[in-house]
Amino acid sequence: MTSTENASFDEMIGPDGSVRPAYAGYRTWYDEQDKSWLHKQGGEAEGFFRRTGITFNVYGDTAGEERLIPFDMIPRIITAQEWRKLSRGIEQRVRALNAFLHDLYHRQEIIRSGRLPARLLARNDAFLPEMVGFTPPGGVYTHIVGIDLVRTGPDEFMVLEDNARTPSGVSYMLENRETMMAMFPELFTRIPVRPVQDYPRRLAKSLAACAPPACKGRPVVAVLTPGIYNSAYFEHAFLADQMGAELVEGSDLRVVDGRIAMRTTQGYQPVDVIYRRVDDEYLDPLSFNPNSVLGVPGIMDVYRAGGVTIANAPGTGISDDKAIYSFMPEIVEFYTGEKPILPNVPTWRCSEPEALRYVLDNLKELVVKEVHGSGGYGMLIGPTSSKAELAAFEKKLRARPENYIAQPTLSLSTVPIFAKSGLAPRHVDLRPFVLVSPNGIDITPGGLTRVALKKGSLVVNSSQGGGTKDSWVLED
Amino acid sequence: MLGRSANGIFWMFRYLERAENTARLLEAGFRMALTRGVGAADDEWHSVLVTIGQADDFAQRGYDFSGTAVTNFILRDRHNPGSVLNMVEQARTNARAVRTAITREVWEATNESWMVLKELLARPVRETNLGEVLTAIRRQTMLVRGAMDGTMLRNEIFNFARIGTFLERADNTARILDVKYYVLLPSIAWVGSSLDNSQWETLLRSVSGERSYRWLNAGAMDPRGIAEFLILDGRFPRSLAFCYEKLGSNMNSLAREHGRKMPSHDLLREIGDRLASQDIEHIFEQGLHEFIVEFIASNQQIADAVAADYRFVD
Repeated sequence: MTSTENASFDEMIGPDGSVRPAYAGYRTWYDEQDKSWLHKQGGEAEGFFRRTGITFNVYGDTAGEERLIPFDMIPRIITAQEWRKLSRGIEQRVRALNAFLHDLYHRQEIIRSGRLPARLLARNDAFLPEMVGFTPPGGVYTHIVGIDLVRTGPDEFMVLEDNARTPSGVSYMLENRETMMAMFPELFTRIPVRPVQDYPRRLAKSLAACAPPACKGRPVVAVLTPGIYNSAYFEHAFLADQMGAELVEGSDLRVVDGRIAMRTTQGYQPVDVIYRRVDDEYLDPLSFNPNSVLGVPGIMDVYRAGGVTIANAPGTGISDDKAIYSFMPEIVEFYTGEKPILPNVPTWRCSEPEALRYVLDNLKELVVKEVHGSGGYGMLIGPTSSKAELAAFEKKLRARPENYIAQPTLSLSTVPIFAKSGLAPRHVDLRPFVLVSPNGIDITPGGLTRVALKKGSLVVNSSQGGGTKDSWVLED
Repeated sequence: MLGRSANGIFWMFRYLERAENTARLLEAGFRMALTRGVGAADDEWHSVLVTIGQADDFAQRGYDFSGTAVTNFILRDRHNPGSVLNMVEQARTNARAVRTAITREVWEATNESWMVLKELLARPVRETNLGEVLTAIRRQTMLVRGAMDGTMLRNEIFNFARIGTFLERADNTARILDVKYYVLLPSIAWVGSSLDNSQWETLLRSVSGERSYRWLNAGAMDPRGIAEFLILDGRFPRSLAFCYEKLGSNMNSLAREHGRKMPSHDLLREIGDRLASQDIEHIFEQGLHEFIVEFIASNQQIADAVAADYRFVD
């Protein structure tokens, strides 16, 4: 792997070796600590995660095997000023995403205006004809959004990806903070860090505000999970628990009198809002994948008749598409009338012959992604790939260019991790979590920082050996 | 709560109770081996297998019959679905599935039990560490019960956990009696022999009742008294009478919370009344064995009725 740290922006230490303002308070504390005690604390954190069961299942591993996502104890710190700008940019983007989704499933003005090619929707499985002409309760499509941000310089944050389908990781954001507060309570009395702990309460409130027309009285919210073997099961259970909502599986639900009802010990009782962590494809065997046992037969009919709210709305995955992503600057401008506050990462659409030529000529310098892919699977990182890997990918690229986009290999910012030898810079990204309801857009300060633990590595995905950090936004 | 969660928590506590009682049975067998020699212990190991319904399974596996083979089969054999390790794992899987119904303390105690026992049972158990393993099983399951007692809201979730616990415990005590009833029958040849005494002692030990019984009877043992103690003494927490009193009270709480009684309530009252009106003379006249066989069947009927009334499955 090539070493990229030297060229990268380090968020803690400036080029002259001085500590940046965001980290001043933390670094003073850190320098006072006995490092062997810190190592001991790190070991205890792992035991804590195991005991509490904060684990994820890895697909393709032996059945039932649960792994920990490594936790690094050095926080990632963002100043109040930086956060103000970020949150304005995130809010603008999320507002645009919802307007865009509404438009796509109604008049498609953006296509009529010629700003977005119609072909992006044709043969795209993420676009659901079942949603055309229907407006979800409260007009909200993306109740929960995760916007993946990367940083390349002091004032250079960019959006790498929008996760409007079912963003995960928020439980790690919360547990990381709990862990830090348990391990180093004095840090939080010395440094004013904005709290994240009320996220579940805000999520519950936000979901309840989107209750369907059929709901009478206090909305009943349930979290729909594929079950205990799903990779994010811990998070599903955690959120249901924290919200005081039922954690349901497809087999607990059925259609009763035009409503979705769950089988309780006292009979079937209606559910108003379903925070589903099941993909669109599996949601309703009558509308989508007929073999699915994870969903509820008939739920789409009930949904369209106003009997239940599904969060996020089916069909929002279209905005996660990486070809659509490449049009986000135009999309933001089209719906908000403003220039985007947060830029995209420059992106070549391989469907365009000129772009494809450039990508093929410069493959070794680029990151190439599948337009429908996610989770770091099926992508090429040019600079770290072998000749054979590059050649194999080139073949795929030539065969189906429209299936790929390419981006420059970004020099992601680094934040130190606590390694055996002390502080060592590693590349990070940031996923803030955003709640959308008819009452507005609510962004939890910070989010989940993912960190590539391997020296030089740019891949932060937990499924590929990445870890996480507590993310702090400082009070003004 | 969801019917599926009620089922999950009900079985979680049945598995834990069964794991704990299995450890007690093994402890009694182990004690026999230490005090009476290997030959006498072999019978005991065999009766342990019969009590927990694993004798055929063990025989089919073709293991050599020995204390070590039996204990390892019961404690940790991957192919034995009823092994203690599998039961603890199953309890933990259920706890994960009903994670939102239990407190963090209960979940952590359950998860930790699984971690500790998985580690302890990763390698074959030998005579030298059997005692340690059995103590750990009892201690870990007690931690879960203690966390339950100290942190859970007294609502239907708690009641289903307790109903599972006491149905399982009554079943386990009855099964021990079912296999050992003959040592309690009057037999001229045996009366007062040292074999009798050690058989009676083992029976009491397998339900952790030897001290209580001695304390109540100033050290004297007689078969009728032991039978009465295990079946009818409402003060002893593993007796049938105790389990049924608790079942009654947890089922009543459920009815209060839901505002209605279900068919399982009537069934429990009928069976509980019958048990409460018994005296030991009558049980012996009727036939101790017949009494126990009928009890086990009734106990199962109640479990089925609860599952149906509260929609454990669709």
